[in-house]
Amino acid sequence: MLLRHTPEEIVEREALTIQPAKTCQPVGAMYAALGIHKCLPHSHGSQGCCAYHRSALTRHYKEPVMAATSSFTEGSSVFGGQANLLDAITNIFTIYNPDVIAVHTTCLSETIGDDIPQITAKARDEGRVPNGKFIIRANTPSYVGSHVTGFGNMIKGIIDGFATRGTKSGHINIIPGYVEPSDMSEVKHITKSMGVDTVMFPDTSAVLNGPQTGRYEMYPKGGTPISDLQKTGFAKMTLALGPIASGPGAKFLDTKCGVPYEMLSLPIGIRSTDAFVNALRKNGGIVSDELEYERGQVLDVLTDMQQYFHGKKVALVGDPDHLVPLTEFLTDIGFNVRHVVTGTPGKKFIARIKEAAGTEDINVKEASDFFYLHQLIKNEKVDLILGNTYSKYIARDEDIPLVRIGFPIYDRVGHQYFPILGYRGALRLIEKILNALLDYQDKTAPEEKFELVM
Amino acid sequence: MAELETPEVIKQDLINKYPVKVARRRTKQIVVNEVGDQEEVPEIQSNIRTIPGIITMRGCAYAGCKGVVLGPTRDILQITHGPIGCSFYSWLTRRNQTKPTSDTAPNYMPYAMSTDMQDENIIFGGEKKLKKAIDEAIALFHPKAIGIFSTCPVGLIGDDVHAVCREMEAKYPDTNIFGFSCEGYKGVSQSAGHHIANNKVFTEVLGLSDMTKEGKFRMNMLGEYNIGGDAFELDRMLSDVGITVHSTFSGNSTYEEFASAQNVDLNVVMCHRSINYLADMMETKWGIPWFKVNFIGAESSAKSMRKIAKYFGDAELIATVEKFIEKEMVEISKVREDVKSRCNGKTAMLFVGGSRAHHYQELLAEIGIRTIAAGYEFAHRDDYEGRKVIPSIKVDADTRNIEELTVERDPVSYRARKSEEELKALSDEGIRFGDYEGMMPDMPSDTLVIDDLNHHETEVLIEKYHPDLFCAGVKEKYVVQKYGIPLKQLHSYDYQGPYAGFKGAINFYRDIDRLINTRIWKMINPPWHEEPQLTAKYGWE
Repeated sequence: MLLRHTPEEIVEREALTIQPAKTCQPVGAMYAALGIHKCLPHSHGSQGCCAYHRSALTRHYKEPVMAATSSFTEGSSVFGGQANLLDAITNIFTIYNPDVIAVHTTCLSETIGDDIPQITAKARDEGRVPNGKFIIRANTPSYVGSHVTGFGNMIKGIIDGFATRGTKSGHINIIPGYVEPSDMSEVKHITKSMGVDTVMFPDTSAVLNGPQTGRYEMYPKGGTPISDLQKTGFAKMTLALGPIASGPGAKFLDTKCGVPYEMLSLPIGIRSTDAFVNALRKNGGIVSDELEYERGQVLDVLTDMQQYFHGKKVALVGDPDHLVPLTEFLTDIGFNVRHVVTGTPGKKFIARIKEAAGTEDINVKEASDFFYLHQLIKNEKVDLILGNTYSKYIARDEDIPLVRIGFPIYDRVGHQYFPILGYRGALRLIEKILNALLDYQDKTAPEEKFELVM
Repeated sequence: MAELETPEVIKQDLINKYPVKVARRRTKQIVVNEVGDQEEVPEIQSNIRTIPGIITMRGCAYAGCKGVVLGPTRDILQITHGPIGCSFYSWLTRRNQTKPTSDTAPNYMPYAMSTDMQDENIIFGGEKKLKKAIDEAIALFHPKAIGIFSTCPVGLIGDDVHAVCREMEAKYPDTNIFGFSCEGYKGVSQSAGHHIANNKVFTEVLGLSDMTKEGKFRMNMLGEYNIGGDAFELDRMLSDVGITVHSTFSGNSTYEEFASAQNVDLNVVMCHRSINYLADMMETKWGIPWFKVNFIGAESSAKSMRKIAKYFGDAELIATVEKFIEKEMVEISKVREDVKSRCNGKTAMLFVGGSRAHHYQELLAEIGIRTIAAGYEFAHRDDYEGRKVIPSIKVDADTRNIEELTVERDPVSYRARKSEEELKALSDEGIRFGDYEGMMPDMPSDTLVIDDLNHHETEVLIEKYHPDLFCAGVKEKYVVQKYGIPLKQLHSYDYQGPYAGFKGAINFYRDIDRLINTRIWKMINPPWHEEPQLTAKYGWE
């Protein structure tokens, strides 16, 4: 057994996190910053943070992930990191020439209390920032929230750095949430199909799922252009997909530039995607035949194959913005969602999951971990797990099929290229789920019950 | 390669773009190698601060301590004291394989544990939470030993982790509880963390047990972390000839093996950078001699086995080793010659670690691949130039902050393993005790040696040299491959291996052959890039 020490008996823990179901803010901030065209994320702290975040994102995407660090030493930890950040700014603009440096803090620089706006202002005064170049920043203390919080904080940083109040134009902003490059493409596909003029930020598509061409581009063609970011304050509204990752940014843009917002779930599954499409429709979009067709295809597969998943028990682990619409979708189509665990703290999560599942009879926990999820599963076995790569230790020990979803996925490809958002994403999700369940049936069925046609 | 610019010119290209201050520093970290008759090589500046913003390959002290040295030990329960990230990122990502002795034997490696400090712990201190976490860990797992690893904010807010460990050990006398002050800002790279780990393992664990393992020839393997099963292969080779590997530091190891590691007659060192402190301290305290080995490459492995056999000085052992090598070499030569026919004359660059960039050059050479540039991520001058330069290394403030233990001979259990005369005789026969010759004397003159390579320099090197193979880590992997140049990860082996020892050499030959010669590289350019879109004929054709 890989997890041989996990007992069935659940004892509440107050202080020890075991097998975390979240990671720290800065990696989310780094990811968000990669979705700005010609932006170099910068980690203000010890260089290990940057190395770890780059490694995690690289393993997840199998793509170059560029970011710089202030490389704190013991001296900077005592005297503050100003000198390091000033040097870094000069070096980055001279050597790597990005259009934007997106500085995020770490637990170290937050604990010291480095004042990033003051340091970047000083960098400007000292002529370290070339004309037409930008530095934006986000406070991302690792001891608050999770990687999703960090993503949200960098969205605020983008708005802080680029959005200005001005005459309203016709477009709407979309903050897509902490989702994959493929999912961001899918959001663009939907808005384009509906003919809605949008600015989506950030946009990591064509950044973290680029092609092999024999040529390396430090700044790939993707990412939201600065000119678009500068228009975000003029939008007629913002659609924020996923309240934790996108909500704070949408609210901030409302406060700063008077752009109203509508908060939606991530468009995972039929109902949430319907809600997104409907929101676009109410803001000038026309539901295209193409989208109706895609929606119909999902329903077609669901009606055709429902005997394979109806009533199946499922455990979910991941980020709140994903888990709520996922619970709703799986419940809608007949799954019995039994356990839902996130590492990200937030008390509303429990009520939202129970609402999505339409029942109080479900095990839900926030600020929790894989160890707890495993104990829940030991107490009530499920037929399927949906979660990130770390779920596979539980899946193997307990002999349960696993569908990989969330961050990180270190051991499979696909999430970079194929979405789980939108109708096409729902189709892919249901395909993955069916394959996992049917492969399991094929592997375990007695010979006389082995089916050719399924 | 005749059309290539000289290494001096390329060095200039590497630093041309830099601000003056950066260029001044990098010029001392980039050296054109030149090897003299007595292994003299030019000085290379290393183990100095990373330049902010440069896009370094380096990590931090925590990564070196928890990730590298202690991480591979399966039954020391490891709690990271800090916010969640550090524990999360060091959770199973280094591929240290481990094989518990039974289905129920402790193995905590798949469990990442953290105090997940929150803002109130940063403001009011995290000691209380740490104590509670230890309570909970002991109640759940009943471990023999617990290691606590401090992350950046812990040092700043002043949590006294060592006092907590003492207090909790008094509360739980059956558990050895010790802390590592390996905050990420310590030192200038992972290297500081190695040193911190060595020190604490030495003072808190070594010598606590009298466990001995059967065998006439008993040794420890230091600086071998069982990535991809390397240590399993070395254990196979050594046990096959009758040598007992008592403890490996720290691949596939246990607490008990660490605690009794003084009960051997020899320490051999694989990764010099990460473990040389422990080798030195064990020699001073218990009289265990050490020498450097290299089990990367078939020839190096054979050489290392012979060296160990010679040390034990047993005629039968020496004969057994020879027979073993002869047997293993049959398959190795077959595969090597086959692979060499496709790889001969290719060029490689290696930028990794504190030993691997040296070790793997020999393995590549066996299949005809020539190293044209190499460097380490976190090494010191002795790893480049050899231990002979240690007395001349300037100790700067960053290094001075890492404790240097004063070790004395143990009055009871010190035992000279060999007499002065025996050691002298072995030295005369070529065994260099307590020494490492470094990477540069092994590299030809006119190769480039670059310390702490960064992203900009990687791009320049690739554009100037177009190597056939690049060896580095995961952060570099997909950058280099976008150029259409294969990159072999030498931290994780691209999730393959083992590459150490005899079987490892065969695996490596085959993997490199596949990586370089796969037809996929040739498919990158579509046919329409080569052919014109429109073709026309003259009327008279």
